This record gives sequence, structure tokens and C-alpha cells, in this order.
Amino acid sequence: MKTTRALAALVAVLGLLVLPVTAVAQARYSPVTDQRLVTPEPENWLQIRGNYQGWGYSPLSQITAGNVRRLTPVWAFSTGVDSGHEAPPLVNNGVMFVPTPYSQVIALDAKTGKLLWRYKRELPEDFKALHNTSRGIALYGDKVYVASLDCHLVALDAKTGKQVWSRKVEDYKTGYYMTLAPLVAKGRVMVGVSGGEFGVRGFVQAFDAQSGEPVWKTYTIPGPGEPGHETWSGEAWKRGGASVWLTGTYDPELELTYWGTGNASPWFGDQRPGDNLFTSSTVALDPATGMMKGHFQYQWNESWDWDEPDAPLVIDYQKDGRTIKGLVHPARNGYLYLLERSRERIGFVSATAYVKQNVFRSVDQQTGRPAYHEERIPKTGKRAEFCPSLWGGKDWPNAAYNPKTGRLFIPANDNHCGFMEGKVQQYVAGQWWTGVDIPDIGFTVDKGAKYFGEIQAWDVNSGKRAWSHQYPDSMSWGGVLTTGGGLVFAGGTNDRNFRAFDAGTGKVLWQFTTNSGIIAPPSSFAVDGVQYVSVVSGWGVDPAFQQGLLGDLLGWPKDVPQGGVIWVFAVSK
Amino acid sequence: MFAFGDKEGQIVTPEDLPLGGPQQLAYPMDPVAKIVRNGSTLNLAALIRLDPTQLTDETRPLAVDGVVAYSAVCTHQGCTVSMWQAQAKTLFCACHATQFDPRDRARVVDGPAPRRLPMLPIKTVDGVLTVAGEFTGRVGGERL
Ligand code: FES
Repeated sequence: MKTTRALAALVAVLGLLVLPVTAVAQARYSPVTDQRLVTPEPENWLQIRGNYQGWGYSPLSQITAGNVRRLTPVWAFSTGVDSGHEAPPLVNNGVMFVPTPYSQVIALDAKTGKLLWRYKRELPEDFKALHNTSRGIALYGDKVYVASLDCHLVALDAKTGKQVWSRKVEDYKTGYYMTLAPLVAKGRVMVGVSGGEFGVRGFVQAFDAQSGEPVWKTYTIPGPGEPGHETWSGEAWKRGGASVWLTGTYDPELELTYWGTGNASPWFGDQRPGDNLFTSSTVALDPATGMMKGHFQYQWNESWDWDEPDAPLVIDYQKDGRTIKGLVHPARNGYLYLLERSRERIGFVSATAYVKQNVFRSVDQQTGRPAYHEERIPKTGKRAEFCPSLWGGKDWPNAAYNPKTGRLFIPANDNHCGFMEGKVQQYVAGQWWTGVDIPDIGFTVDKGAKYFGEIQAWDVNSGKRAWSHQYPDSMSWGGVLTTGGGLVFAGGTNDRNFRAFDAGTGKVLWQFTTNSGIIAPPSSFAVDGVQYVSVVSGWGVDPAFQQGLLGDLLGWPKDVPQGGVIWVFAVSK
Repeated sequence: MFAFGDKEGQIVTPEDLPLGGPQQLAYPMDPVAKIVRNGSTLNLAALIRLDPTQLTDETRPLAVDGVVAYSAVCTHQGCTVSMWQAQAKTLFCACHATQFDPRDRARVVDGPAPRRLPMLPIKTVDGVLTVAGEFTGRVGGERL
């Protein structure tokens, strides 16, 4: 009897000893509700951009221009994988979640960096990804949602990392894949698909957050009989592209989600006459039904590989003495768009070039529709040069908006151009099908330019640029975070630095050299009353490819070291 | 036999291959059972005809009349090595821009792939390109 009881006691003690790490996480784990997503607590970073509106703004104000010089690493964690790390850490009451390339997820104690669990998806044997990255995950209820490279939506138990269910979204063998963070609202998990280079037809699909049952699916290229289908000719719409590379933003008041769409396939407009709706557009979708409630197309009959995948930021701004319920989109085509949103439509307000662009002859002041310089349109068998290059004024790295100052911060790239000539390629499911092979894509830079990458600050209400911090020796590939402490944080440069800027003046106040180049947006959170800034450093994908070309053109170092590390910083006492 | 293109499904002869590139992608066919091994892209081979005098001494014995065959599965992350860099005359992988030199056992000239493409020894039987042995190395990308 005695022995048994002693044994039982011992087991109990051992149990306690073994439990702590996960037990703490589990005890702390607070389900993510719609309410929490609509009004996020300052100490948490529950979604990739911090809020539904896509601002990349943390109201936390402990770290300021006055103390940021004392920002020091608190802990770091190696992800153990290479390729481009593009996702921000999410934090829910002290538990951090970070997705990595290869569709893996790491959960850590946000304060100490202790590993809680790790999910490694088994990718199919013959799987290959053009962009092996993850741009984020979503938290909802007690689950973590992952859009996997092999095109499945996966629900994990947030406390254990165990897979709850996995749903096939599309067949990866036909070129579909996913890199975006799912968007969750009102019990729906929404994802979009990549694959424009392989001749897919883009779509957004919603699933029931609990069961994983599909609820609706809306193609970004309308089929026969649907509005917009008349902007296509022949069969081109079936493989017309309009991928959905990035997560939509959401206006909970209007109950509308806003998604950016990719360019059309193949890349050369003369192979698919018409405007080709809804390629290179922003589309408004009702999260309950998937019904399209408005659209705005940035460039019709797209021919420059200017995807517009970045969802517009949902921002209300002043214009001519009235408040406009707006959408703001620094476009890949090099123009900054101010739009107006309503339940019925997306209206055009203004477009201003923020980098050098030589394709648009004009932009219609009523509709926003551009007129093109004919000689700047590459066609099948006709080479054309155009600026900016296919990487655009801004590619996928996120801009940020600070509501305290009404300023928008854009990671921009200027003084680069491209040239292309199209050819007709045979369509083979799952194979490159753009009309031009990568070695034949031309990329040039203005060798006399004083800078290439930059962070630009714009005053959204006046529509004027406030400042620009320029990089003479690097492009700018880092998403931006801005804070209530009056700071802007971004990486994005080939020198591996993570920087803090004064949001008012653009002055660099602090920088730290990380393991690799940073192409992910930072996030900020607080645990036990202390503010932290976190970012993942892990260079790869397009910035790495482009850096190789810049090595030849400008003599920049060809290789930026790869391999992901999660960094967490705080102000030292 | 040709995996794609106008001649899809047809057997590849050396004359089908343009001298000096680009490569043509092909699946092997079992000569007896006449079954085409196209169930997985892991079986894809890149065939290219080059000037035999330009092949390195290590490459020539596994080639026939200047025709060389390599696994078309990139050793980096498994993408299909389908493109041709005309200036450098290299096999080009679109995913992360690795370039392989087909004259020198598919040595990595540039890019992130950690090793060469495995070579597939070939010979001709009655004018038809035929597999003469196993791939010289493991086919496929790095696994994590
Ligand atoms: S898969 Fe070929 S270079 Fe990466």
C-alpha cells in the first residue's frame, strides 16, 4: 500500500516537473475570437499585419526615439531551413507562432524563446515550388491555419501543433500552390492560390473554420455568363492567371474583404486580347457568400508582369475637406492609388507616381484607367523596354500605416527597368507558361542613380511625400512596421541590417546586423508589460535572384547568406 | 520519348536534338513492354546534343555522338530544369536560377544547387536513343 502511494506521489511530482513548458502555454492560450480580431489588444499581434485593415501598426509606445538606441536582442531561434522567410511572428498572450518555408510552423514562448512545438508538413515526393516561402499563418479559436505549398489548407491545434484536419484546395501538379496567410473572419477561413507562371485560373476559396468544409469559391477570372467575362477572348480565361498571392484585408464595418490579384497569363497581352478582368486588380468579396462587390483594375491587358497582389490598406482619409472611406494601394506599376470603398463599389480617387514609370501616358482622372505608350508594351515577337522592371515600384513587401500621424510607409525600389519579348509557348500542366523564359527576361539599372531601394513616407491626407530614406547599395525588400512610439522598423537590405527610423523625419536611429537579409515584415508585442520587436531574417526567392543580377550589373555581392533566424529585441535596462 | 511539344509521345533520335542546345525533355520508355515511365516528373531527363569535342573526358564515355542525358530534376529543390541560358550555354533552373554545364557532367556553374545533375548513360540502338545504365547519382532535390 505504502509503496504504491509513494509511487503515485512520485508520478505526480514527475508529472509536474515534465509539464511546465507546454502547461504554461496551454494555460495561457486564449482562443482568438472575431471580437479580438476586430479590436486587437495592443500587446498581441494576432494577424500578419496586426489588424484586419492591413496597417502593420502596433499601438505600443514603450520603445521610442529616445530609447531605441538601447534595443538589444533578447533571444534568437534558428528555423533550420533555407529559402525566403517572409512571414511575421504572430503573438497571442505570450505564445509566438512563426511559419517557415517548406510549410512548417514553430511555436515558442514569446518571452524566452523556448520551443513549445513544431509542425513539419510532409510535402509530396515530386513537389517543387517556384516560391518556397510562407507569408504567414492565421490564428482563430484554438487553431492555427496554414495554407501549404502543396495547396492544402491545414488546421493545427494551437496548443500542441497536432494536425486537426487538412483539406485539398487544388492539385499542386497543375501548378497551383499557396504561400499566403489565410484570412479568417466570422467563422470562415479564406485562402487564395498562386501559380500565375504556370497558367492557372486564380480564385479565393472559403472554408468553415471548425469543420474545414468548403463554403464558397470565387474565381478571379469570371467564367462564361459572369460579369467581366466579355473582357476575354476565346479560351484565354481558362488559364488566364490572376493568382491571389497575398492575404486580403477586411473592413468589418462594411463586411467586405479586399484582395489583390496577379497579372494575366501568358504575360503578353497580345496573346489574350481584352482588358482581362480581374487581373492586376483589387476585388471586394463578401466573406459570407464570396459575391464580388466591386473591383478596380490597375492595368488593363497587362503585359509587364506587374502583379497587384498586395491587398489595399483600409484607411479613411481626408480629401478636399471631406472624410473618404478609402483604400490605399502603392502599386507594383509605380503609382500610389487612393480609392474609395463602399458596400457597392470601389471608386477611383487619385493616382500619383512614387517611382519613375514610363509606360503610362496618362491616367483618366474619373476612372483611373491608364493610357499606354505603345512602344513600352512588350508583345509576341516585339521587344519593349519599360520602367520599373517586372519587380515594380513595390513588390509584395508590405507598406505600413500609422493612424497617429496619417502616414504611409512604402518599401520602394526605383531606378530599375526591364525588357522582354514574348513568344508562344506550348501549355503543359504544371510547367512554366508565361511566354518568356527566365534567362531571356531583361533587367537593367540606371548606373548613375544615387539610390535603388528606399523607404518612402507619404502623408495620406495631403497626398504628398514627407520623406524618403534611400539605399545607394541595396534594393528594399522588407515589409514595414510602424508603432505608437513614433518609429518605423524595416529590414529589406542586402547588408542584413534591421533598422529603426524616426517616423517623423526618416532618420535612422538604430540598426543591427542579423544573420541574413530580412524580407519579412516585423511585428511588435508585449509580455508582462515589456514591449518587444520581432522579425525573421532569412533571405531568398526573388530578392536572392535579383541580387545575383545586380551582382553582374553593379558589382554588389552576389550572395547574401541564407538560413532563417527569428530575432526578438527589447530595450535593455 | 518526348515529354512535351509537337513531338510529344514520339521516340527521340539524335537528329531530333538541335546541335548546341537547347535541351529537350523526355521520359524513358520500357523497350520491351513499351510502357512510358511518365508517372512522375522524377523520371524526366534533359537530352541535349553538343559538339563531342567540347565534352569533358568524364562526360564523353556516358554520351553518344555528343548527345548527353541528365536528370531534369534540379538538385536544389526539385524543380524541372527546363530552360536554356543561351549566352552561357547552360541548363537553367527557373526556380532559383541554378545553371548547370552540360559539357561537364552538369557541374553547377552558378546558383544554389548543392550538386550536379545526375547523368544518365545513353547509347543508340537502331538509331534510337536508349538508356545504357543507371543515373550516376541520386535523382531529386534536397529534402528537409
Ligand atoms: S530548384 Fe532549381 S535552383 Fe532551386
